[in-house]
Amino acid sequence: MSRSETPNRPFQVVGHSERKVDGISLITGQPQFVADADLRETLHVRLLTSPQAHARISRIDTSAAEAMPGVACVLTHKNTPETRYTTAGQGFPEPSPYDTRMFDTKVRFVGDRVAAVAAETPEIADEALRAIRVEYEPLKAVLSLDEALAVGAPIIHDEPESEGIYEAAGNVAADVDISVGDLGKAFEESDVVVEATCETQYAQHTPIETHVVWSYLDADGRLVLRSSTQVPFHVRRIVGYVLGLPIRSIRVIKPRIGGGFGTKQEILLEDIAGLITLRTRRPALFSLSRQEEFVSSRTRHPMRIRVKMGADKEGRLHALEMEALSNTGAYGSHALTVLSNAGSKTLPLYNKAANVRFFGKALYTNLPVGGAYRGYGATQGYFPLEMAMDMLAEQTHLDPIEIRQRNHIRSGETSPIFEKLGEGREGVAFTIRSCELERCIEIGRERIGWHEKRGKRRTSGPWIHGVGMSIHMQGSGIPHIDMGAATIKMNEDGSFNLLVGATDLGTGSDTILAQIAAEVLGVPVSHMVVTSSDTDITPFDVGAYASSTTYVSGKAVERAANKVREQIFNVAASMLEIDPRTALAELTLDRGRVAGGKRLISLSEVCQRAMYSNEQFQIGATASCVPEESPPPFLASFAEIAVDRETGFIKVLRYVAAVDCGVAINPKMAEGQMEGAIVNGIGFALTEEMKFSSTGRVRNPSLFDYKIPCAADVPPIEVILVESYEPTGPMGAKSVGEIGINAPIPTIASALYDAVGIRLTKTPFTPERVLAAMNGRTS
Amino acid sequence: MKVNLIINGASHLTDVAPGETLLELLRREGYKSVKKGCGTGDCGACAVLLNGRAVNSCLVLAAKADGAEVKTLEGISDGDSLHPVQQAFLDCGAVQCGYCTPAMVLTTIDFLSRNPDPTDNEIRAAISGNLCRCTGYEKQVEAIRQAAAAMRGGPNVA
Repeated sequence: MSRSETPNRPFQVVGHSERKVDGISLITGQPQFVADADLRETLHVRLLTSPQAHARISRIDTSAAEAMPGVACVLTHKNTPETRYTTAGQGFPEPSPYDTRMFDTKVRFVGDRVAAVAAETPEIADEALRAIRVEYEPLKAVLSLDEALAVGAPIIHDEPESEGIYEAAGNVAADVDISVGDLGKAFEESDVVVEATCETQYAQHTPIETHVVWSYLDADGRLVLRSSTQVPFHVRRIVGYVLGLPIRSIRVIKPRIGGGFGTKQEILLEDIAGLITLRTRRPALFSLSRQEEFVSSRTRHPMRIRVKMGADKEGRLHALEMEALSNTGAYGSHALTVLSNAGSKTLPLYNKAANVRFFGKALYTNLPVGGAYRGYGATQGYFPLEMAMDMLAEQTHLDPIEIRQRNHIRSGETSPIFEKLGEGREGVAFTIRSCELERCIEIGRERIGWHEKRGKRRTSGPWIHGVGMSIHMQGSGIPHIDMGAATIKMNEDGSFNLLVGATDLGTGSDTILAQIAAEVLGVPVSHMVVTSSDTDITPFDVGAYASSTTYVSGKAVERAANKVREQIFNVAASMLEIDPRTALAELTLDRGRVAGGKRLISLSEVCQRAMYSNEQFQIGATASCVPEESPPPFLASFAEIAVDRETGFIKVLRYVAAVDCGVAINPKMAEGQMEGAIVNGIGFALTEEMKFSSTGRVRNPSLFDYKIPCAADVPPIEVILVESYEPTGPMGAKSVGEIGINAPIPTIASALYDAVGIRLTKTPFTPERVLAAMNGRTS
Repeated sequence: MKVNLIINGASHLTDVAPGETLLELLRREGYKSVKKGCGTGDCGACAVLLNGRAVNSCLVLAAKADGAEVKTLEGISDGDSLHPVQQAFLDCGAVQCGYCTPAMVLTTIDFLSRNPDPTDNEIRAAISGNLCRCTGYEKQVEAIRQAAAAMRGGPNVA
């Protein structure tokens, strides 16, 4: 892999696979996750959830539970705020409807909140839950997209006080419709028109650490929420809003957390734990069981998406239409934005189509709630988009690679979608400045052996081999909405404190942000002391989502470091007797030393002078970043699979992913993001699916019955970082966190068609579905 | 009832409730590296070494562990120097969020004690009871290969 260079000098720290700044503490098992604390007098919280998919609570009696020895507090709709809010941790005002109440008088899915108990032990809390008497008045439930659309369907959100619902009477949480050009005419004039409709399943994030929060009052009586969250500042704002507390009375701390993938971009526990702590003046520990995590946390919005493409005989796209129906479950968390992103993060990839339309609805059902999930709609959108592209290739007698090369976006180009479709509102126009997708495709094609394998249908015993591919883009943060800030202050040993609101979920963002600062300040990473995600201490950041941390928070860090560098140069100039007006040009900063003329002074000397001797001040700065654009990373994805013609079982033999994420600040961590996302995507493609009973109950809420990939299930993932330089990014970087997860479904679908000639349009591609489709085709 | 356990070399005499699991006991005694991911033996995050063998501590009743020798991650490194498996995990970037890491390291130590020169497929099979949602397992396989080589004392052969 080539090393990028700045105009002046090669990177010293950036572009190197530095070890995680929290690596030693994690590898030695230091007690630093939420539940690892030991707080005396802690109450244990348990949740009573609804057994009904749709019902009114006609009566709830908690007297027996409250009378139990050891029960400290019982919460229901009777004694909690009625405020409507959204659990979605997004920029404010959130584009998600305010359709949720802490505890409602109506339940809307099996697993919805009914009551919470806090007790001296978990066992007492469980016993108290069993003593709560609830009478339900069952209502007809809506258990699929089609039922939600049906005339006369029960209205899930009939309460008048909810706000921001697109059309409550039609169960429509959100609606999008944008278009460019004249689609009808373009289809008429197309030589070839293809159409694909694909359906994705209910799927779960399954972080190995479930949602957990430990709340307590500090010595001054302020509420502290030690939470496993991706969005500490949104937690503070939303909990303050729901509980009617001023922001200043809440502190949110995110310690190390055990994965998130989007599900911890929601405020699911903090309001309950916080209220219990406020009412009892005692610490409260609230964690979801694995079963609750499956049923009552968040899921990936299942979608049914139709893509229609029109092209000329040479496979040049004229018309591109995508219609999406999204199932947002019982509440509209991220309903509009995930729906929008199914189009906005996919359609610009094929910008040669001058006529484009994206439209769709997010519908309420009485099923578990959708939410943010790595990929955020793009995962759903790429499935039919890439399948339609393969169909178009077939119709125009082109290789799937060639047709993509004729239509994909390139550096220096734009797409009208960027401006038309943003996050719940209009987007922001910009031009692609860095795109190495062509090289990604070439490298991946060679690596997988495309020419030797595609269309060959090699067999061995019952196994038929096939290769498939797909291409992708995502974004880097949300322009004009996301914001990250960083503070850097200098210490007299020449080290720095780096304070960031950005949220490291295990992604390594603490490390790569330290690398960016260290690069600017000419010190090794060991000289950056990182403190992140504490609303009392660190500056604001929207949090870890939308592939924003490297690009947005990283830019804030780079800016803060540049300000500090300037201050260092001013002090050094006076020490070296150089005119401060020319200091920036004359001085250099490297390996902990400032050089000017023939003299060298250490950073330690600089800081000591500023702290103790002349014109004393704290060397330090805060800077922010609100991005103007959202430069996409690009990916060419290839897989070789074998299909067992007797059982329909798909084995992924090889996976090759060539990705352009700009300059990889930490190549090993960038690879790790890709590898993890792709394996998660392979899980979606092949095994993962939440299944429901006829009454809307999740039938497989365990890691035994909901199968995520283990090490033996997946092949080696070959990631190739194809470097570009993104001029607007920090040190040339773009994002890499989400893009990989979108690829396995369309790539494996393409390989499946190559192997056995079937196009499966419903995920996951289980042996049953593969076999049924194969039999249907041959019988 | 009272049980007597040797945890990381130190003897512990402690009361246990009838239904208490070894996972609960260890966390209560302060061994917080032992993580709960499911409580049903599916994710492997709670694995510890029980008489030298990796077991899911959520599936072991504390009372059944009476007299046993237990090792958790806290007892693996020797002062400031890391165990070769820990070192390899760190060097290879095999740790992302770190929640599955303690159990994965212990499982690896058990595995390499029985198979010091494993193939990649054997490594994948050995850690298949330890679910990780972050890494895709690529860096962990590499780390285990590297740790095996380091522990054999030979050159690091891929």
